[in-house]
This record gives sequence, C-alpha cells and structure tokens, in this order.
Amino acid sequence: MALKIVKGSIDRMFDKNLQDLVRGIRNHKEDEAKYISTCIDEIKQELKQDNIAVKANAVCKLTYLQMLGYDVSWAAFNIVEVMSSSKFTYKRIGYLAASQCFHENTDVIMLTTNQIRKDLSSPNQYDTGVALTGLSCFVTPDLARDLANDIMTLMSHTKPYIRKKAVLIMYKVFLKYPESLRPAFPRLKEKLEDPDPGVQSAAVNVICELARRNPKNYLSLAPLFFKLMTSSTNNWVLIKIIKLFGALTPLEPRLGKKLIEPLTNLIHSTSAMSLLYECVNTVIAVLISLSSGMPNHSASIQLCVQKLRILIEDSDQNLKYLGLLAMSKILKTHPKSVQSHKDLILQCLDDKDESIRLRALDLLYGMVSKKNLMEIVKKLMIHVDKAEGTTYRDELLTKIIDICSQSNYQYITNFEWYISILVELTRLEGTRHGHLIASQMLDVAIRVKAIRVFAVAQMATLLDNAHLLTGNMQRNGICEVLYAAAWICGEFSEHLENPVQTLEAMLRPKVATLPGHIQAVYVQNAAKLFATILKNQEGNTDSTAAQETSQMMIDRLPLFVQSANLEVQERASCILQLVKYIQKLQQKDVEVAEEVSALFAGELNPVAPKAQKKVPVPEGLDLDAWINEPPSESESEDEQPKAIFTKEEPKHSRPRHTEVDEKELARRREARKQEQANNPFYIKASPSSQKVYQEAPGVEHIPVVQIDLSVPLKVPGLPMSDQYVKLEEERRQKERAEKKKKEKKKRKEKRSGRGKKHDSGPESEEDITPAHVVDIVTEEMPENALPSDDDDKDPNDPHKALDIDLDKPLADSEKLPVRSHRAAGAPKSSAEDGEAENATPQEPKKKSSKEKRDKKKDKERDRKRSKEEKKKKKHKHEEKEEDLLGGQAEEPVVQSEETKEVEAQPTSTSAEVSDLDFWLSNAPVPSNTQEAATVAEAAPAPEAPAGTAADSEPEEPKDTETEESKSSKHKKKKQKKEKEEKEKKKKKKHHHHHHHHHSDGGGEESVQNGTVEEEEPLPPMSNYCLLAENSYIKMMMEDADQVCDIQGNLQDGSQVVVSVIFENKSDSFLKSMEFNVLDSLNSKLQRPEGSGPHDGLTVPFQLPPGVSNEARFVFTVQSIVMPQKLKGTLTFIVKNEDSSTHEKLDFKLHFTCTSYLITTPCYSDAFAKLLESGDLKSSSVRLEGVNMPFHHLLARICFHHHFSVVERIDSCASMYSRSIQGHHVCLLVKTSGQTVSIDAKCDEPTLLGNVLDEIKQTFSQC
Amino acid sequence: MIKAILIFNNHGKPRLSKFYEHYNEDTEQQIIRETFHLVSKRDENVCNFLEGGMLIGGSDYKLIYRHYATLYFVFCVDSSESELGILDLIQVFVETLDKCFENVCELDLIFHVDKVHNILAEMVMGGMVLETNMNEIITQVDAQNKMEKSETFIFQSTRQDR
Repeated sequence: MALKIVKGSIDRMFDKNLQDLVRGIRNHKEDEAKYISTCIDEIKQELKQDNIAVKANAVCKLTYLQMLGYDVSWAAFNIVEVMSSSKFTYKRIGYLAASQCFHENTDVIMLTTNQIRKDLSSPNQYDTGVALTGLSCFVTPDLARDLANDIMTLMSHTKPYIRKKAVLIMYKVFLKYPESLRPAFPRLKEKLEDPDPGVQSAAVNVICELARRNPKNYLSLAPLFFKLMTSSTNNWVLIKIIKLFGALTPLEPRLGKKLIEPLTNLIHSTSAMSLLYECVNTVIAVLISLSSGMPNHSASIQLCVQKLRILIEDSDQNLKYLGLLAMSKILKTHPKSVQSHKDLILQCLDDKDESIRLRALDLLYGMVSKKNLMEIVKKLMIHVDKAEGTTYRDELLTKIIDICSQSNYQYITNFEWYISILVELTRLEGTRHGHLIASQMLDVAIRVKAIRVFAVAQMATLLDNAHLLTGNMQRNGICEVLYAAAWICGEFSEHLENPVQTLEAMLRPKVATLPGHIQAVYVQNAAKLFATILKNQEGNTDSTAAQETSQMMIDRLPLFVQSANLEVQERASCILQLVKYIQKLQQKDVEVAEEVSALFAGELNPVAPKAQKKVPVPEGLDLDAWINEPPSESESEDEQPKAIFTKEEPKHSRPRHTEVDEKELARRREARKQEQANNPFYIKASPSSQKVYQEAPGVEHIPVVQIDLSVPLKVPGLPMSDQYVKLEEERRQKERAEKKKKEKKKRKEKRSGRGKKHDSGPESEEDITPAHVVDIVTEEMPENALPSDDDDKDPNDPHKALDIDLDKPLADSEKLPVRSHRAAGAPKSSAEDGEAENATPQEPKKKSSKEKRDKKKDKERDRKRSKEEKKKKKHKHEEKEEDLLGGQAEEPVVQSEETKEVEAQPTSTSAEVSDLDFWLSNAPVPSNTQEAATVAEAAPAPEAPAGTAADSEPEEPKDTETEESKSSKHKKKKQKKEKEEKEKKKKKKHHHHHHHHHSDGGGEESVQNGTVEEEEPLPPMSNYCLLAENSYIKMMMEDADQVCDIQGNLQDGSQVVVSVIFENKSDSFLKSMEFNVLDSLNSKLQRPEGSGPHDGLTVPFQLPPGVSNEARFVFTVQSIVMPQKLKGTLTFIVKNEDSSTHEKLDFKLHFTCTSYLITTPCYSDAFAKLLESGDLKSSSVRLEGVNMPFHHLLARICFHHHFSVVERIDSCASMYSRSIQGHHVCLLVKTSGQTVSIDAKCDEPTLLGNVLDEIKQTFSQC
Repeated sequence: MIKAILIFNNHGKPRLSKFYEHYNEDTEQQIIRETFHLVSKRDENVCNFLEGGMLIGGSDYKLIYRHYATLYFVFCVDSSESELGILDLIQVFVETLDKCFENVCELDLIFHVDKVHNILAEMVMGGMVLETNMNEIITQVDAQNKMEKSETFIFQSTRQDR
C-alpha cells in the first residue's frame, strides 16, 4: 500500500500540475492552441492511469482549460471518478470540475446519485459541504428528487455550516423538483428562526427568492418577516426582507400601511446606504400600492424624494445612479414631487458617466411641460452633438423623439421648431433610427396641416442635399428620412417654391444607389411633382418649360426602369410611358394638366392604428360566410379581412376637386370653422394667428413666415431650431398680453369624421397655446388592452411550477421519496420524518414506491389521485371512529392535538388566513385590539366545549397545577375548524371532533411514531390550571406556551403567550375587565405602545352570565433558564340590572422552564450527532414508585414537557426538545419496575436542572 | 440571484469564471469578451453598475463590477440582489483573497484559480449569497486547507524535493 502511494507520487513527479500548465501556456504565447492541444493529449494519458492522484491532477488542469473555453465534457466520467475519491483533496477537485462543466444533459450525472448521498451523510462536515456546493451547480430533476429527503435532513444538522448550505440548496431543489416544496416548507420556515445568523440569512434568502416569483403564496409569512425585520441587525437579512416586502405590498395594501412606520424609522436611523436605499425603494413600492390618494402619505413621499436627492447629490457615482433609478419609480405615480428636482436631473445629464446620463434621460420624459420642452430639448441637442458613442447618441435621439411626441405632441407649441429639430437630427452619422425620424416627419406633416408649407420647404432642402446624407455608406440608416422627404414633397407639392428644382433633385442618378423602397417612393412622387409642375405651367403662354420638364422625366426615368428592384421598375416603366404619352399630347398643344393631376387627386387623411377594427360591419354583410369556396383551411383566413375594408373609406376621404368653385370652398371653410368652434376637444390655437390662418383662403397666409428661412434652409448643416426658442418666448409674451384682454375662451370643435372625441391633453400650467393645430385622430385602444399585457409569464419559467399553495395541509402522498433500499423498520425510516410523524411504519414505503411510479405519469393525475386518496381516508375515518390512532394522518389539525408536530406543521388555511388578517388589522398583541374582541365574540359556539373542558378541570387541580402545555392553541384551531364544519352541516365530522373535545379535558391519545400497542386508556391530562376564582369569575391560566409564529428574537428576548380563559360564574354581566401584571426584571407583559409600564391591558370582550372566553397575553422574557412567578390583578365591573360594582381578583402566573420548550422533531441520526458533539452537559434524575405503563409515562413527558420521542426500544426511549432560545435538551428515559431513570443532556445546565425538577414534580404528583 | 461571477484582467484574459447557469464553452467565452468590452471602456470614476450586456442580459439583470489594479471583478445579478450589497460582497471577496494569499496579486489568481474557486464557494453557492462574514469564510477555508495538507503530506514532501 505504502509502496503504491510512493510509486504514485513518483509517477506524478513527471506530470505537469496546474501551475506548470499555466506557466507553460504563458511561455507559449505564439502557439498557445498547439501547446494546449499537446497538454490535452497528456491529460488524456494521465486519466487512463489507475492512480487517483494523477487523475485528480489531470481533472484540475481540465478545469482550468475549461475556463479558457475548451470543451472538457469528454472527461465527465473521470470527473465522477475523482469525485468519488475518499480523500477530501481529490473529492474537492472533482466536485469543482463537475460544478464547472456538468449540466442537465451530462449523462454521467445519473451515476453520481449514490456517491453524493454518501458524501452528504459523511461524518466529515467538509465532505458534505463540498458535495452540497457542487450539487448546487449541477442539480438535475432526477438528483433533486432522489436527494431531496437527504438534503432536508441536513437542514437540521447540528453544524450550522451544513445547515446553511442545505437550506440554500433547497431553492435549487425546489426549482428542479417542485413537488418537494410543500413537504420541505415547514422546516424551511422553521429555519427562519435558527439560532445561527448564517442559517437564518440563508433561509431568508431562499424564501425571498421563492416569494419574489410567486408572492401571493407567501403573504401569510408577512408577520414573521415583520418580526424579523424589526429585530434583526444583520443588514443582509434586512435588505432581503425589505426587498421581499416590496414584492408583497402590491398584493396587500394593509401590509403597506403597517410597513410605512418601521421603514421610515429605519430610513432615519440607519447609516448603511444599502439599507437606506432598499428602504426607500420599498416605501416607494408601498406608496405605489396605496397610490389611491392617501393624503397623509405625502410626508413619506417627501421623505423619499428628499433622501433620493441626497443620494443623487452625493459624489459617489453609485449612489447617484441608484438615486436616479429609484426616482424614476416615484415618477410614475407622483410626477409632481419629482418635477421639483428638475434642476438636479438636468445637471445629471452633464455627468461624465453614461449610466447616469441614461437614468437621467429616463426621468426627463416625465418632467417636460409646454413651458420647458424647448429648453430641455435644446439641452439634449447639445448632448447629441457631444455624444461620443453611437449607442448613447441613439438613445438620446429616441428620447428626444419620445419626449416630443408623447401624448399626441401635447407639449409641442411650435411645430416649425419640431420639424427643424427633426431635420437637425438627420445630421447624425450612422444612427439606427432613420426610420424613427422619418415617421415623425410624416406624422407631423400629415397631421399638422398648418406646418405643411414649412415642412415641404425643409424637405425640399433635404432632397437637394441628399448627397450629404447618403454620401457615406456608414450613414445608411439615416437615408430613411429621404423616404419621408420625397413623399412629403410629392404629396404636398403645391406648397413647393421651386418644384422643378426638387424634381431635378429627385431624379438624380445618385438616387439609384438608395435602397429600393426609397427609390420607389422617389419615382412615384416625381410623378406627383410632375403633375403639379404641369398644372403650374399650363397657364403660361410659353409651353417650352413644360415640355422641358417632360423631357427631363423621359431622360431620367430609364435609369429606374433598369432597377433591380421590382417595385421601382414597375412604377418607373409605368410612369415613363405615361410621360411619353403626355409629351406627345403636349407637342400637339393639348392641355393635359388637369387630367394628370386628377391621377393624384384626393387628400390622404391620417388614420388611427386601430381605426380599421372599429369600422362597423355594414348591414347584410356576413363576415363568416365564404366568398368563394375555400381551397384550403389556412388560406381562407387570410382572405376574410379584405372584405371588411371596401366600404368604409369614402366616408372620410375628401376628394380634392380642383374644379370646385371659390364659393363652394368658402362655404365649406365656414362650415368647418363652425364645427371646430363647437368642439371642446379641439386644441385651442392662439386666437390671433389662428384666425389669420383660418380666414385666409390659401395656405400662403400662414403666420409663421416672419422668420427669414432662406439662410438656414440652404445650409441644412446649421442648427436653426435655437432661434425658435427665442421666437417662442416672444410669441408667448404676446399671447399672455392678449389673454388678459380676452377673458373668454373660445373652444373650437374638432372635425371628426368618426364622431369620436379625443382630448388632446390638459392645459399646461400656463395655458400655453400651440402655434399650430394638431389634427389628432382618435387612437382608441380596445378597453381590455392593458399595458400590462407583457407581464404574461414565460411558459418555460421554472418558477411557474413553484406557484404552490403552501398553507394547505400536507397530504400524505406528498411526502418526499425516501431511499427505497432501506428497510422500513430501520431506525432512520421515514416514519420519523417530520411530515410522516403519524403514519404507521409500513405506510411510507408503500407510498414512496407508489410515488415513484406516479412520477412517471403526469402530475395532474397524480394530484387528483392524492385527493381521492384523501377522501377515501376521510371516509374510512368516519366509519371506525374509535380507532382514531389508525389513520388520521391527513388531519394535521387533529394530529397536532396529541403529538408534538404542530409548530412545524402548516396549519389549516382558514386559521392561517385569519391569523394574517388579524395581524394586518392591528398591533401584534392580540388582546388589545378591537378585532380580537370581534373575533372572540364572533365565535360563541365553540366556547361551550371549552367550558366543559374547563369544568372538568377542577376534579384534579392538584394534579395539573404546575403542568403546562400548549393545547390551547390547537384547541382554538380545532374550534374554528369545528365551527366551519358545523356551518357546512357535516354531522359526522362534527361528531368526530366532538369526541375530541371531550377527550381534551380528559383522556388523550398519545402515540408516538405509530406505536399502536397497548390500548390502555391514558389517565386524563390537562393543561389548565386554576389561576384564581371568586364568586363572580373564574380565571384559568391555561398555559404559558410559546407560539412559534410570535416568537421573538432568539438572541436577546423571547416571547411567551399566555392564554387565559375567563368564565363568568355569576348571574351578572361582567365588563371592563382589565388584566395587569407586575413586571419583573426578567419578564414583562407586552403593552400597547404609549401606555406606561404599570397600565393594565383591557380584555377585549365582555362576559354575559355563564359564558367563558379566552384572551391571550404576550410576555417578553429575558432569561429562560429559571422558572418564575408573576403577580397580577384582574379588575372588572359587575353589572346587575340595578347596580354595578367594581371588583378585583388577584392571581399568580407561574412560568415553568418547560413552558419555554418547543416540541421539535428530531431524527435519530441528527440526535446521535448532537450527543456526540460533546457540547452538552449531562445530568440525571431518578423517579421512584412510578406506577404507570411506559407509554403513558412517555406520553406525559411529551404532553406536559413538550418533548418528542426520537426513538423507543422496549423500555428505553430517547426524547428531544428545544428551547425557544435554541438550547437542545436530550433525554434518555429508562424504566425497570417502578423506577424510572432519566439521563439528560443540555447545553444549558441550569435550564436542564429546572426541567428535570419539573418532570420529577409531574410524576411525584400522580 | 447571481447569474455569473467573472474575473478578468485589463486585457480581457479570464482569471476566473463561474456561471451559475449552464452555457456552452463558446458562449461563455463570448460573454466574457462582451463583458470585458462593456466594462473596460468605462472610466475609473464612474458608477459601478452597468445595464446587462446582450448575452447574459435581459432587463432584469445588471452587471456590478469593481476594478482593482489589473483585475476586474464582475458580478452579473438580477433585481433580487441589492446593488450596494453586491459591491460590498465584492469588497469582502477581494479582502478575503488578500488575507488568504497574503497581499494578493494577479499572479496568485493565475496560478491558483482552484483556490480562488474554493474561497468563492464559501461565499456564494449556486448563485445565492452564502456568507458575508470574512472571518467565518477564512475559518472555513483554512480548516479545509489544513485537512487537505494532512491528507497529502507524502505527496507534498516529494514535490518539494523536486
């Protein structure tokens, strides 16, 4: 053996290790690829050797090569070999390699299952750790299914190092194997309160990750997280929780209200910027969810905006960035509060950091108004000039267009300015957004009639200077604007100053290099221009000019006829022939102009994108009927829509009848003016300019011609939009002056062919009127088309499968599959798994094998079946009611009664939901809320059984005086449940529960882990103790129990809940009950905020004669190692028909140490490890003369002292419990004859001593 | 969730790559190249956040990076991670490396990428943050290294003879 090792080492001397490989690669810079390929050959040789050290070294090198981009999947099997080495060194190398290159399709992965399982249960925590780390990277659905149970066990490992890794990896397991979520969730939830901060943080991490995707399923955890948030000091945990709340608040506005205060406090108090930022973010989310006008939250908004401003002003670029990011969220709902910080945001536009500028740009969108649009855009234009990279420049470009065009050009007051801006933007080199500019040009030119003259002039200049745009192939994107330019010049050619020149520009040979679709538009619009020119020249006596134009067309068009583009070719040859014919007619001196222009007659009106959908179907038109017999199914569908459009056009289009006489035109104009005046939705134009424009018979009277355009137009490279800013200022001033004179506003009506009205936007703060009218066409959206359409989930999203209701009780069939090769009777059988607690040992095996079969089938059926099984079981249940021990696994509510699983179990949904409602509705202390009273009063029916239970109690008060348990909570739930059942009138069920109520005060079945042996009835056990009694009232302190979900911070204080039943024994009405306790240093009654330390708590109900009711009080306890007593007083008013008296009753509350223990399940392996760990102090006690069967004894310990049985062999049993502060308590109970010896171990000797004393007392009393 | 952790130098040479989602080797290289291009052209005194590149991206993802001397440390994370938190985490990572390697420099990462992986594994697991406490990380790393040393004693001695 030794020789072999030495030999292996000698072999290795000649191998390269990782460092040698790296060095080699660095020395072969020129022929790196070649060198690496020789190295890979060497590695292949090494992998063939038997020596694991050599293999591990080879795998290590492969991992490095993988990083350099080499495929190493061929070595997957060798990696598995190295993973299974017994030495940690090699194992780690193997797992690292696997985590780097294994994935779901790696087939050798299925060979690893058993190896990983072995490593997970290794006594060496680092073997387990390495396996978990590796598994987290390559877990597959199969691995997840097979190992889920093992990993779940590890979540309760003694070592926090393993626990935190196991908790984290569960998230990956859930993703791959969603069925594991429900069975594992209770334990995951439990880990939220793990004593180790690392484990706690891991659990928070996993639940946050889960909840982010399916928040609604985790709403019920809100109280727990709230508690963590107010108690935790770990910023990582806090950030995660606060982020989680951000995801939850949209679902539950009440949660938001509850959060505002603690978050605001955190914002004020924290010094950690990361935490502050997340708080602000979540407050914003809360405010958005509450946005329905809560005036009192304006302070919170102000606070957020203020804090964000501080972030943005910070010199740290990161904070600046995040501040802007959060600001944009506020912008959506509270634009006003952001707008006041415009200065700051504009300042950020000058930042040298692109990320910050982009964020600032996002914000700008929401800050523009009519007043500042020009100023802002001017600033952006300067940035466009300065922008170095094309991406940022393109971003600027789109933002400028977005900002200007938003809500139907709402903020644009001068469209000449806008056109100039668009023209300026065409100077951008290499932009991808040519089409965007083009479509804006088209849109504005079509919809703003008044701007056409100006637009046409600008477009003509563009066409004239087309070489500037197309000169460089790189600038290709921008040539799209020529499309718009050509179309505008052609369509509105009557406005052209020099049409011949433009026509010439459109027919230049250079045009043939443009993309086909642009050429096509050129050709078509050349023809339109031609028609206009002919018309203009017709009146002239000299016909040569017209003929020259025709000749030019004939000369130039053949170039396009040869075009490779079909569209261009077709149009060109068609138009060429037309022009040739016209030329012939011209030579004969025939007047053709009118006929030619008729070719292009008819005004094009803008149509809303969805307009066609709105067209009503004409009467008698059956859209579903076939027009022709369909040749095939698929084609017919395409044909149908065509039929719709035939009839609707004429309604709107206005043929341009050139022969209409002047009178007719005037009449129409008058009518239109009238119509506009009556339409309140028509954008009001400045009265002066508008009037001129509307009354003028022709377009040449448009008022804006005061500018001398000739200079800037000739040189399109010059910025000219700037002058508009000045002009606009002047115009506005003039307007303001006029406005003062003219108080009455005249509303104008919009001409609307469809009769649909459209609000063109509210008046801006200064009522700035636009210089031009936008002929806005309604752009309706179908009512149900919401912008949120896009948040439809991706069907492949793995998180969709995790959308699982976690509050439903766990069905039996949902148990995780367990290793099938293990004997069911073995100590580690799954019967001891938390969820399977009550099942008989045989069951899980059957189930798991069944489950495995089922898995192959589809899940739907699986679920159905489990439901059916459940039903069947219930049915059985009813039939043999006595045999309650047998099959009640499906009823966690009932089950909780007798065993100790409860805390970890998901409780019934209704209870859960009402708990949440309860929590949300007010403060965490139940007894001081109005709701508590209503809840209590709303459930009078279940009080009766509680009363009987209470009545049965005094029969053995001595026996139970000091004993405490926590069945009150369960009982409550049961009562609730029963109430529901009653309402449903399920009598059999009711009966069943009733049975339990009787046994509640009396006998109780106590069965551990399916031990169904001697059916000897147990002596009655109760957990009520008489607290105090007088002639009026009886107080029963039921219990000082720890309720898991109200547990406090495990480190510095814990909460204990005391349930007290108040029973009115008198014939009078009891009211105004006040409960007060003298606080000790160690224990304090939790009082509502604002009340003094000696104030009493009002009991939230009144008691009519003979009625009893229960209230719960929360105490904060510092140290739990000692038992203690608290003195208290109850004051109340006794009201008779004629008089009322004030009475009081003193009592003593006794908190025993066992009341600080929580029943916690423990697995025998974990238990063994715990004992081995050596951290525990031991102690023992001996009980003499115990005269009861062993299982009764165990049941008593379980019941009264909150232990759970880990394992039981004959007359010996190991038991486990955990304190609320995380102390482990282990017992070994042995019996021989009447002597019972208890050996105990605990990490807190004082606590242990007291617990043992209490156990001793329990048995000495019986 | 953290989607990927990359370390590369000023020339874009990868020094460590950890992807918590599977990509094939070519895509991984492409992601590294693209990330390098995005990150390297940024000035020193700009913010450390970058809206995701095309490959790894999606609108939910961000690149969060820090530049130390010759090395870039880049984390690709989704919106469930706190931006500033991740920056702190990178700092913890680098400080941990500094402690473990004693004045870490690029050469340490070049020759001991496996060790860097082992340290990282104690901080981030399967894309989720496991531990942020540097002392705890170092304790666990040291304990494992000690174990490794005791196992490979024979091998170590022969190597040293060489």
